[in-house]
Order: sequence, then structure tokens, then C-alpha cells
Amino acid sequence: MKYELVIGLETHVELSTDSKLFCSCGGHSSPKEPNDCVCPACCGMPGMLPVTNKHAIELAVKAGFMLNCKINQYTTFDKKSYYYPDLPCAYQITQWFHPICVDGSVQIGERTIGIKQIHVEEDAGKLVHDEATNTSFVDYNRTSVPLIEIVSRPDFRSSDEVIAYLKMLKSSLQFAGISECEEGAMRCDVNISVRPEGSDELGVRSEIKNMSSLSEIKDAIEFEKVRHIDAIERHTEMLVQETRRWDDVKRRTFPMRSKETAADYRYFPDPNLMPIVIDDEWLAEIRASMPATADEKASHYESMGIAAKEAAVLSSDRKLADTFDAVVAMGRNAKVVAGWILTECMGQMKRLELTSLDIDAMKLARIIELVESGEITRAAGKKVLSAVFEKDVDVDAYCEENKLNAKVDEGFILETVRKVIAENEKVVADYKGGKVKALQALFGSVMKELRGTGSPDVIRAMLEKELNG
Amino acid sequence: MFYINKINAAGKIAVDDTILVKDTPATAGSKMLENFKPLFSAEAVERLEKAGYEIAGKTNVGEFGLDLMGETSHFGAATVDGNLVGAAAALVAQGEIKAALNVDLNGAPRRAAAVSGVDFIKPTYGTVSRYGVIACACSGEQIGVTAANADDAAEILSVIAGHDDKDGTSLPAEKYEYTTDKDVSSMKVCILADLYDGLDSKVKERIDAFTEELRKDGVTVDTVSLDIVSQAQTAWQILMAAETTNNLSRFDGVKYGHRAAEYKNIDELYVKSRSEAMGFLTKATIIYGSDVLAKSKYEICYDKSLRIRRIVCDKVRELLKSYDAILTPACSKVEYKPYDVLDAFEKVYEESLYTAIPSITGMPAMVTKGVQLIADSFNESVLLSIAKSVEV
Repeated sequence: MKYELVIGLETHVELSTDSKLFCSCGGHSSPKEPNDCVCPACCGMPGMLPVTNKHAIELAVKAGFMLNCKINQYTTFDKKSYYYPDLPCAYQITQWFHPICVDGSVQIGERTIGIKQIHVEEDAGKLVHDEATNTSFVDYNRTSVPLIEIVSRPDFRSSDEVIAYLKMLKSSLQFAGISECEEGAMRCDVNISVRPEGSDELGVRSEIKNMSSLSEIKDAIEFEKVRHIDAIERHTEMLVQETRRWDDVKRRTFPMRSKETAADYRYFPDPNLMPIVIDDEWLAEIRASMPATADEKASHYESMGIAAKEAAVLSSDRKLADTFDAVVAMGRNAKVVAGWILTECMGQMKRLELTSLDIDAMKLARIIELVESGEITRAAGKKVLSAVFEKDVDVDAYCEENKLNAKVDEGFILETVRKVIAENEKVVADYKGGKVKALQALFGSVMKELRGTGSPDVIRAMLEKELNG
Repeated sequence: MFYINKINAAGKIAVDDTILVKDTPATAGSKMLENFKPLFSAEAVERLEKAGYEIAGKTNVGEFGLDLMGETSHFGAATVDGNLVGAAAALVAQGEIKAALNVDLNGAPRRAAAVSGVDFIKPTYGTVSRYGVIACACSGEQIGVTAANADDAAEILSVIAGHDDKDGTSLPAEKYEYTTDKDVSSMKVCILADLYDGLDSKVKERIDAFTEELRKDGVTVDTVSLDIVSQAQTAWQILMAAETTNNLSRFDGVKYGHRAAEYKNIDELYVKSRSEAMGFLTKATIIYGSDVLAKSKYEICYDKSLRIRRIVCDKVRELLKSYDAILTPACSKVEYKPYDVLDAFEKVYEESLYTAIPSITGMPAMVTKGVQLIADSFNESVLLSIAKSVEV
């Protein structure tokens, strides 16, 4: 019998806010020491009250727009109670009754993935266990860091679709400035079941908690698929609805203790936080602040004369697109800029094993300007670019120091041209005998002598002038 | 036991031990917080100090302020002549301090004012910042003022009320001015038959005497019926207990609160620490609050109580369209003896019949001459003026 997978995802993403969700603690994205970014409020000190971070609400609404959700203009915060040492108040503030975004959808290839809801909640702290002294420590740096949880409907049918969705989420969230989506800042719970192909009924579901790497997620899904099918076909075990965890060392999932899962969270509306009403005006403001989506950007680039394939690559990455936009805004030709970014810059990224483009757009624009105006050669331009990537050098100073300026030494160019003509009697004779191609050979020799510093146009003109008398 | 911490008493303002004063222990009357020293002061305390008032000390309260008037304090109840008194109200009655800030979450400072014969005003919910209050019932608890007379109450309340960014439920008005000189002669007051019939004769006498004084001042006094009194009582008990349960859950011995000396694992740390450091009424309230919040009961308990809250607000507001204030007892007796701690939960529940309406609606209430007056939101000056007219 053939089986199909039914998968739903709950994805937790950290929002790119300057401060935490209910207090003004900042710097939580890069704390130096444990308990560096804490205050009485996020530590739940008696007497402290939460005050909502407006920016977090705006970012959540943006995520809702991005995933084509309905925005609940009346939204509430609710308390979820459970005892755990990393939770200083023994409750988490989340959205249970009126989540901020509902009923969205997103296209992954041929398949439409439904988005049940997006809600805002605070993160918990971190426990550190010291085996040597059998002691546990609590780090509250992450406590009350704003998260959104994006809950999909069970619309995925393969691990590949899941991975494609997560990659799309990551790039879109980064693109819209909603989340940095840094390593580990995106965490997934995967709900998975298996059923005979064509069946409408859902099989017994297992939930695999808290995974952050894509390969882990893929492996866990594939493992669960085999486990479920074996259980159905060969009765290797009795499937029960349960929560499991992925063990990356043993390469398999394990059930979590039932004690960790069978909880009554005693949700109720947080009386300290008034319901948030997002009026039409505020909603319109947030919508207006949305950057173009990757697709919108791509078609915009195509309208600027960029080939479809190149436009797609440029728009797929926030840093590439931002650099492109900035350099074009400085007056450089779009097609030329696209070429520099996609060929030269990406070449440098590959050479230096960089995962993202991090270059001062002013510098890239200056290099392109110098090359386009013929002040330096393309080869020299590449050399400067390489130096900018490696040492972030100043473009003009670097050209000066390394004598890259094509216009400076016309006398030296002429000297070299004459030298090349004198040393290549046979080629000169061929040229004069009507072999036009011979000129190219002489040109190459001059370029080689000058190590790419002279302007090609100037060299070519001088060569022709010297040869034709 | 009157003071947890006596600082600079005579003629000054005392602060209940559920309200934080920077670097001064705040026990909330519980062994749980015996060693808790806050890093900051409550907004109301800051405002008092900024206005030049000095803090007399921290006054004893019942554990987390949940009881009748302080009898469940871990540090011992305050009594006068063998009767229970609220520590702050008794100190005001004795003339030792000018006034006190108290947290009114289930009527304790109102009952205390009634038995000591002083004034207490609980202002409209959201007018005084709750920043720096050791929280229990966030949706209804409010800092109020105990004072010897209406003028002092108005003076202190004017200092502490006004918007505070640090409290998400704080109302927008920057300042409130409270007065005691409104003309009462054209006012109308109603007595709730539901809270009068069957009352202890000594309490009835107080209501009758007060009514007599009002009529002398030209106030019209009618008797009406309001059929949501016991619903308000039950609904508030549910909301109060649920929110208290949730707020007190942070006292688990990990970051805050007493920690048991020995434990084998985290569960035992929780159970032992909480068992050792909480009193009977607190435990009973937590058990009750956990129960009403259980998934299986949420709809019929907490959610239903929220709906009842709205109905109570509507009905009381409707009544207050025809009357300036409602006159009720503040409690069922004129004096209270210490009692068996195992009866505390029932006793508090019974007494909350009289105090629940202002708690659940957030409307202002004032206790004076042993009776309670309730007005619509922001009409504190009506209450203060009526109190003043009966005083002189």
C-alpha cells in the first residue's frame, strides 16, 4: 500500500525588536554574560507590571500580511500557567483567545499551505545544568524576548515541502525585517501522521518538539514516516498520540515523559494588559511600511531590464537586493550593477566562504563608476573589489597606492606599446599583411606587460596609431 | 502587631506591606517574602515622597491582603481590646499617623476602616498606578487611602492618582483633583434592600444613623433592590482567586520566595517551599483559583464571571443614573474576634458580599462612619463630599 504523510508545523521566530516584549531591556540578541539583559519586569519581580512593546505588535502584523492572514483588529494577551524554573513568574504571556493573525495561506510550489494563526508570545529563560556539581543554573536573558508562533494547517505531504516552506519563511521574514532568523532563532514543532494514500482520515499523530536545524527536521520527518508505516504494516509498535523529541546523536526520535506533556495550562486573559485595538489607520500605516515582497522586487527588477533569472537571484536575498537598490540609487546602471553583484561580488563571497553580502554600497558604486568611466580597467576594478572584501580598503586610496589609475601614465603606455611592436616583428608583419586578428595578439601582450592597468581603449588607439603610422 | 517596619512614624503616612518601598522589606504579611527587599518603590509611594510626605513605616497586613483585616499575617494579627483591627486603620484611629496607603483587593481596608471608625477611599480602578503592588487580583485591586477624615483622604488621593506609563491599565488622565465641598443638598442616595434586610442590628443602627444625617443635610434617601448582589460576590470571588493563584505562582522558591532547606528534586522544592511558607487562607485561595481555571471549568467559572462582571457594571451604572451614590454596610458586624484559621476562607467569602460590587466593577467606594458609599467611576468627590457633610 502507498502512504502519504500529513504534516503541520508550529514555527517559533524571534522578532527583530530593540527591546523585550513587556519591558525596556535591550541587547537580548547578543548578550555577553548570563543574566546580562534582565530587569525586575522580565524577571517577574513582585510589584512589576508588563507594558506591551508596540513594535512587536507591528512586526507580527507584518508577518500576517506576508502570509496573507486576516488581522484581528481586537487582540488580547493571555496567561499560560506552568511551573518550570526557567519561567520566573511560573506563567508565560501568550495569545490564546484572540491571536493577532488568523486564516492565512502561502504557496509552496504547487501546494497551498494554510496558516491557521500567528500569535505573539514571550520566550522563557534557559537552564544550564552542571553535571560535575549536580547543580542547575538559570539564565533569564531570553526571558520575555518577543516571539511569534506561526501555526500552519496540516497541509504538508513531504519533508521537502516542509523544508521549502521553512526556507521561504526565513528569507521572507528577513526580507521584511520581521526577524533576523539567525542560527537557532527559528524553532519548529512538527506534527506528523501517516495515512493510506487517498484516505481522508487522519492517522495517529506524533509531535516532535523544538527542532531548529533544517537537516534535523528533515531527518526527523523521514524517521517518523518509517516508524509510522512500520507500525501500521508490521505492527512493530502500537502508535499513540504523543510528544517526541529528536536525538541528533542517536538519529531517532524518542517519546518525552508523559509528565512533560499532560498539562492543563489554565489559560485566562491577562488583566494587566488591555486588549489591543489595531484601528484602520494603524493597520494602513503598518501595511505602508511593508517592504516589497521578493516576488514584487523580482518583477520590478525585470522591468529595469534585468534578466528574469538574475532578478530572481537578486531578490531572493535581502542583502543582495539592498546592495543592488543602494548602488542603483547612487546613479549606476542597473544592468551593470547586477553584473557586478551577481558575478564579481558573489565570486568574492564564494572565494572567502561568506554566507551573506556585506559590502559598503558606496564603495561598490565607486568601483563601478571608475571602471565605467575608464579611469581604471575592469581587471583593476576586480582587484579593488577583492581588497574591499578582504580589508575594506578605501577605493580611491587603493587605486592611487597600487597605480591602478589607467589615465595617469600615458607615456608609460606608449613606451610599452612601442616595446611590444619592436619585440614582435612577425606579428606586426602579419597585421600589416592584412591579418586584422594579429592586432588582438599585440593588444594582449601590451595588457600583459601593463598587468591590466591601462585603459583598453587608450591602448587600442595607441597601437593602431603606432602601427598605421 | 502593627508595624512590620517602623521608619519615622508620628504624623506621617504609613504604607501597607503589600506596597513596595525601595530597600525596605516587603513581606506582604507572608513568611514567603520574609526576606524580600524590593529594588524600587511603588509609583504611589514615589509620588508621596516627591510631594514632600514622609513614610511612617510599613504596616502589617493579612497574608497577601486576602483576609478580613490582617488576622492571617505571618507576623501576628493586630488587635485592640481583643478585637481584630486592621493595623493601618487602627494607627489612624489612634492618631499616630496621618494616613495610610492600603491595597484593597477583597475589601480588607474597607472592613478595617469600618471597625476602627475611620475613613477609607478606594478610587476608580486605573486612577492610581498599581506599579509596586505585590499583585494578587490584578483586574480589581486598587491602592486606596485610609485617613481620619474626608479632607485628609482627598488630599492624599490627589497626590497619588494620575497616569503612569509603567502600569498598562493606568487611565490616561495626568492628574485628578478630589474635593470635599460639593453641594450635597440636592443629591440622591439609595440603600440596597438586598444588603440591608436581615442585617445585624448594630450595623443597621449605623446605616439608619447615617441616613438620618443625610436627610438632615437635604439628601434624598430611597431604598431600592439590585438583584445581582450575590452574583457579584461569587463572580468576584472566582476572578480574585484565579488571578491570585496565577500571581502567587511566582513564589515557588526558585527566583522568589522562601526556599525549603532540603529537597530531592524540583517538584519537591516547589511543594515543600510553598507548603512551608504559605498560610491556610492563601493555600485555600490557590486551590480554589486553580480549580476555577481548570480547562474543564474555565467556561462555566472564569469566563462566566467575566460576563457577570459586565452585567453587574451595567446594572449598577443604570442605578447610578438615578442616584449619586449607593449606601451599604461595609461588613456584617461592628466588631470581629480572632477566629479559627480553618474558617478563614468561608468568613472572607461571606463578608465579600458587602465589598464585591466596587471590587468587580472598579467603581469608587468610601467607608465612613462604619458604612460604605459607592459611586460611579470618577465620582470620588461625590463620596468625599457626602462623608464630609456627615462628619461636621
